[in-house]
Amino acid sequence: MADYVFQKEKIEELLGGMAKNYEVHAPLLNAGIVRFGKVEEGGPALAKLDDYSNSSVPPKELLFPQTETLFRYRLGTGGIEPKVPDAGAKVAVFGIRPCDAQAFAIVDKLFGWDYPDPYFQNRRKSTVLIGLACSSPCSTCFCTSLGGGPTNDEYLDVAMYDLGNEIYLKTVTEKGDELCKSISDLLEEASPSHLEACQNQSKEAASKIRRSIDTNGIPEKLPALYDNPFWEQFSDRCLGCGICTYLCPTCHCFDIQDEVEVFDGRRARMWDTCMFEEYTRHASGHNPRPTRKERTRNRVSHKYSYFPTNFGVIACVGCGRCIKYCPVNIDIIDILEKSIAVEVKEAG
Amino acid sequence: MMDESNPYLPYEVEIKETWYETPGERAIKTFKVDFVDSSVWDTWSHKPGQCAMVGRLGVGESMFCISSSPTEEGYLRFSVMKMGKVTRALHQLEVGDTMTVRGPLGNWFPVNEWEGKRIVTIGGGIGQAPLRPVINYVRANRAKYEDLTVLYGSRTSADLCFQEELECLISEEETTCHLSVDVEEESWEHYVGFVPNLLMDVSPSPENAIAVTCGPPVMIKFVTQNLVKLGFEPEQIYTTLENRMKCGIGKCGRCNVGHLYVCKHGPVFSYAQIKDIPEAFA
Ligand SMILES: Cc1cc2nc3c(=O)[nH]c(=O)nc-3n(C[C@H](O)[C@H](O)[C@H](O)COP(=O)(O)OP(=O)(O)OC[C@H]3O[C@@H](n4cnc5c(N)ncnc54)[C@H](O)[C@@H]3O)c2cc1C
Ligand code: SF4
Ligand code: SF4
Ligand code: FES
Repeated sequence: MADYVFQKEKIEELLGGMAKNYEVHAPLLNAGIVRFGKVEEGGPALAKLDDYSNSSVPPKELLFPQTETLFRYRLGTGGIEPKVPDAGAKVAVFGIRPCDAQAFAIVDKLFGWDYPDPYFQNRRKSTVLIGLACSSPCSTCFCTSLGGGPTNDEYLDVAMYDLGNEIYLKTVTEKGDELCKSISDLLEEASPSHLEACQNQSKEAASKIRRSIDTNGIPEKLPALYDNPFWEQFSDRCLGCGICTYLCPTCHCFDIQDEVEVFDGRRARMWDTCMFEEYTRHASGHNPRPTRKERTRNRVSHKYSYFPTNFGVIACVGCGRCIKYCPVNIDIIDILEKSIAVEVKEAG
Repeated sequence: MMDESNPYLPYEVEIKETWYETPGERAIKTFKVDFVDSSVWDTWSHKPGQCAMVGRLGVGESMFCISSSPTEEGYLRFSVMKMGKVTRALHQLEVGDTMTVRGPLGNWFPVNEWEGKRIVTIGGGIGQAPLRPVINYVRANRAKYEDLTVLYGSRTSADLCFQEELECLISEEETTCHLSVDVEEESWEHYVGFVPNLLMDVSPSPENAIAVTCGPPVMIKFVTQNLVKLGFEPEQIYTTLENRMKCGIGKCGRCNVGHLYVCKHGPVFSYAQIKDIPEAFA
């Protein structure tokens, strides 16, 4: 695999070069919110690379849109027209953080088991991830506790390091190689000093991560704490707004709805959240998760126990968004720490 | 089988016959349907206990068990209780109308593993729908099973589904069939009382037996307790779980009890599998 550099001031030129062969998505700054979107003339401005440690809305929406048509139909005449995205399209995601890329590798497992999901998988196949290492993580980041790290390139196709005036770029996969070759006229060769600067940055960035959790044994412990009264304390101030799940890069739950305009209809899926009351309410009115206590327990247990039981990996990458954006400061690390503590007490 | 390349696409089916099983606000209507594209039968195969998403374009789809046994050929059957949006829209349909079917989904009763055993089914209300394919499968493969006992009850005699077939079960020699209603009514010749009490009254032996129970959650709870009292091991007791569903293929998230997705790991579970998962009884 190869490495390159380019001048940071030439970022727009670089994205322009990419756009010749790829549909390019990058972090955009719109009304103070950083969110990935298609780079378009007249659209929101590109966020500066040091404007965001992490985007407010995770780029999961690029592979799993907030609302997505599954198929269209015309009432009365029959016939169903699937709307599956083209796996052969070429999409580049520029500036994705390592944790958000890791999240794709986690939900890959769910969208791939039993009945592979062609909507997610085709987008995944067509997408090249050009990641950006974090040099100044947020105070809520804890990626190093979940097998990741601010400069982890494991789940990227191309890894970028912001070295001040220059961006260092390293290809990780063949897909990434192919992309870099397509813009090679805009890239310069890297030197050993660049590599050294990156290595220093990696060490420094990791040392800036302030929060952590020892996840060892948590998946096995949580089911035993199902009836513990502390779930009530953890959730008593929860507003049930769902932010912690909508903004979580590994949350993948959805609803399916039909929409009809005279005779033209579509069946679509849209993000849903286990923090809402209707999510599990039966048609009889019975609800197996009637209060926020059960719903908070499910959110945490799903990520830290049920998902690892099914897929062998915790469904959290430590991006910290659920902590940062919860309006009432409910903190998943805090919940996990207290869970561990309680068990120790019971065992002792 | 379902369209492997896209598990969200349903088949269109035409209603061949339809009738009401029970009256009232929560009426149950049975539909016998056939695929509009008859070539679907070349790849279709389902097992007793499997489900499908049944719906109407423009309204949506809901999960129902396929209440016909695979031994009944040329059609699928669904029995639908009128509950909300989708079920109301389905109830409006008549012979010749189309609906959609996406499936078969989920696991099934391991009727092959049960060969050589005595089968006891214990149903309540609409819960007889998933038991019907088991009963008819065993009846069609009589030599493979030691015997068949059917226990079925509902609130009143008008709420019993599949009445004509129940007459058959009662009159046929190879099957033992006991019916019950919750409260006394005129000219009712069978048991009066709740299904868990009927079970104790009949007291089937656990010897070489498999008990399968479906019905309202409270009924399942007490039936299971009583089966244990009668000496059934958790491995000998089977049930189905129900939860709200959207995708039916283990993706949309909502149907889980603990780490088990009811749509994918279930809906059929042995009591041994779920007895330590409190959410299964929530
Ligand atoms: C594995 C499985 C197998 C099943 N098999 C069968 C079967 O064989 N036969 C059968 O009849 N059913 C079966 N069900 C149940 C069936 O799926 C539901 O009754 C059905 O989904 C109701 O859908 P609906 O669209 O009519 O209700 P909806 O309108 O979709 O209900 C949606 C929501 O609206 C509200 N709502 C609507 N109506 C009511 C109401 N009357 N009371 C309170 N709230 C309401 C509730 O919030 C409910 O959650 C099965 C379910 C599962 C999971
Ligand atoms: S659970 Fe919280 S910290 Fe973990 S990935 Fe989701 S939003 Fe990020
Ligand atoms: S973000 Fe906070 S308040 Fe909102 S649902 Fe999540 S835990 Fe509850
Ligand atoms: S119904 Fe979607 S996961 Fe089970």
